[in-house]
Amino acid sequence: MSNFMNTGKNPRQKQRERADTRFRLYGLTALGLAMAFLVFFFIDIIGQAIPAFHVTEVKVTVHYSDAVKSNYNKAIDHKLRRIVSRGWLRALPAQLKAHPDMIGTSAELWVPTDSRVDQYIKGHDGNGLKPKYQHIVDAMQKDGRVRQVFNTGFFTSGDSKLPEQAGILAAAVGSVFTLLLTMLVAVPIGVMTAIYLEEFAEDSKLTRLIEVNINNLAAIPSILYGLLGLAIFINFMGVPRSSALAGGLTLALMTLPIIIIATRAALRAVPESIREAAYGLGASSLQTVWHHVLPLAMPGILTGSIIGLAQAMGETAPLIIIGMMAYIPEPPTSILDAATVLPAQVYTWSTESLHGYTERTAAGILVLLTVLLSLNAIAVTLRNRMQQHW
Amino acid sequence: MSTEKNNQLENKITVRDLKLWYGDFQALNGLDLDILEGKVTAFIGPSGCGKSTFLRTLNRMNDRIPSCRVEGEILLDGTDIYAPEVDVVQLRTHVGMVFQKPNPFPKSIYENIAYAPRIHSLVNDGPEMDELVETSLRKASIWNEVKDKLQQPGTALSGGQQQRLCIARTIAVQPDVILMDEPCSALDPIATAKIEELMDELKQEYTIVIVTHNMQQAARVSDYTAYFYLGDLIEFADTHTIFTAPTHQKTEDYITGRFG
Repeated sequence: MSNFMNTGKNPRQKQRERADTRFRLYGLTALGLAMAFLVFFFIDIIGQAIPAFHVTEVKVTVHYSDAVKSNYNKAIDHKLRRIVSRGWLRALPAQLKAHPDMIGTSAELWVPTDSRVDQYIKGHDGNGLKPKYQHIVDAMQKDGRVRQVFNTGFFTSGDSKLPEQAGILAAAVGSVFTLLLTMLVAVPIGVMTAIYLEEFAEDSKLTRLIEVNINNLAAIPSILYGLLGLAIFINFMGVPRSSALAGGLTLALMTLPIIIIATRAALRAVPESIREAAYGLGASSLQTVWHHVLPLAMPGILTGSIIGLAQAMGETAPLIIIGMMAYIPEPPTSILDAATVLPAQVYTWSTESLHGYTERTAAGILVLLTVLLSLNAIAVTLRNRMQQHW
Repeated sequence: MSTEKNNQLENKITVRDLKLWYGDFQALNGLDLDILEGKVTAFIGPSGCGKSTFLRTLNRMNDRIPSCRVEGEILLDGTDIYAPEVDVVQLRTHVGMVFQKPNPFPKSIYENIAYAPRIHSLVNDGPEMDELVETSLRKASIWNEVKDKLQQPGTALSGGQQQRLCIARTIAVQPDVILMDEPCSALDPIATAKIEELMDELKQEYTIVIVTHNMQQAARVSDYTAYFYLGDLIEFADTHTIFTAPTHQKTEDYITGRFG
């Protein structure tokens, strides 16, 4: 009777069902591959980073003799000179000058080790720790004079030429300064530009040209913004090279189109009927935008801004050009000081050969990822909360 | 309705030779129309005939369309609303508007009503505002349904309630004229009946102009009816005449459903 009711499957139906199944499988395969890459990436990074959060300390006898003031190597047994951190030794003369009463005393202390010893203890063949020192360390380990502690130095110090002393504080402070500047410059300018284009500008050839160009700007390679920043801010305006100010302004240029595009999309998503309702009640343009359109567009604007800022935070290319890929041992104290940022610090470490830097590279990436994921989580939470509200 | 009675009534809005263009396209070809005070005037006609466009010229909502150009005169109580010294914001407080789709603000019911009086500083926040909100909601016959949930979002109401909320919001500014652009086209028959009932009450205080696609509705609620076709005002008379003895063949064709 009806030819769509036949119980025996006809060949075309089978063919169709097979095609459907195949299509679904392609999708599943793609998803599986993407997940596999992601899982591999996380396992690799976390596996490499975790050792960096621990450092090795050894218990040694320290003699605060008068001679230490001029030659810090005399503070400990000369066999142990290559075992303990040179950075720690170098700090001794200053310590003695500050506390002269310590001269003549001696103490048993847990002190940080050289990175080679640290790596040897962690099982990385010590990156060239000589066999005679390996024996000393083995002997100390038997005596219980070797321990692993949480690496607080990684979060409280800046970069260093000694891997055991290298930390991310300077880069983190630099990132905060740079990102705050980017936010203060890019968000207000971007949002106001978008409001003007979306709510007030007439649809003319000029505005359409501007629109096309803004969309193009969001897609150009970020290193070009570095060149622009170099030309405008450093060469023309005389902003100090390598400073957070130069970096923040450059990244603001890069983030502007993203914020403008996100804000315009958010404004466009506000139904026209809301504007009509407000105008129909005699609200002015300013009142309509300020009281009705902006609050409704706010979740979208915030999300777009945070995602734009997160992108700026992970950016390195434009910062190479303006000199922020630099060795910065001390955290900057003002926006005019030379500074570096987290991703730049990660890059700097990744070019070092010692294994101590390799694990710090992974740890730096982990910190950066945590910050970026938190930013995105904040964006999602804000959006959900504000949308629930109205 | 007799003609001698018409002469005693005052013109609320007088339209003379109104022409309107969207870019190069002429949407209204010289309209002359008198809208009488305290009456309901309905605009009917097929889609694209210019009736909504015309309605929007009456409170200058068409100002928002950049390509739109208007010529001719619209007098509200004898004042030309297109004169350069007219404040559009003030004009819209005199001529309120209710839209096709209910469009309450995504704020509380109370805020929906209080917003316009507040921006125009009509009353102070507090007891005065509470009173104005209540009066407006009562006049729009929605007070009993919402009095216990004034702080709830206006968008959570049903479509018909939302539309009455929008009418209450318009009333709160105390306008002289209320323009309604197909106010019932998104509503079910019961909600429609309530709005129509409400219009009957509102015309005691306000002059109402309504655009509708529903001819029965025009016949039920209006005192005067204007039939538009392709940007021309074909016929304008009291509703009874239009629906029983139209002078123009086009009007008759439309009303009897032979066309449109």
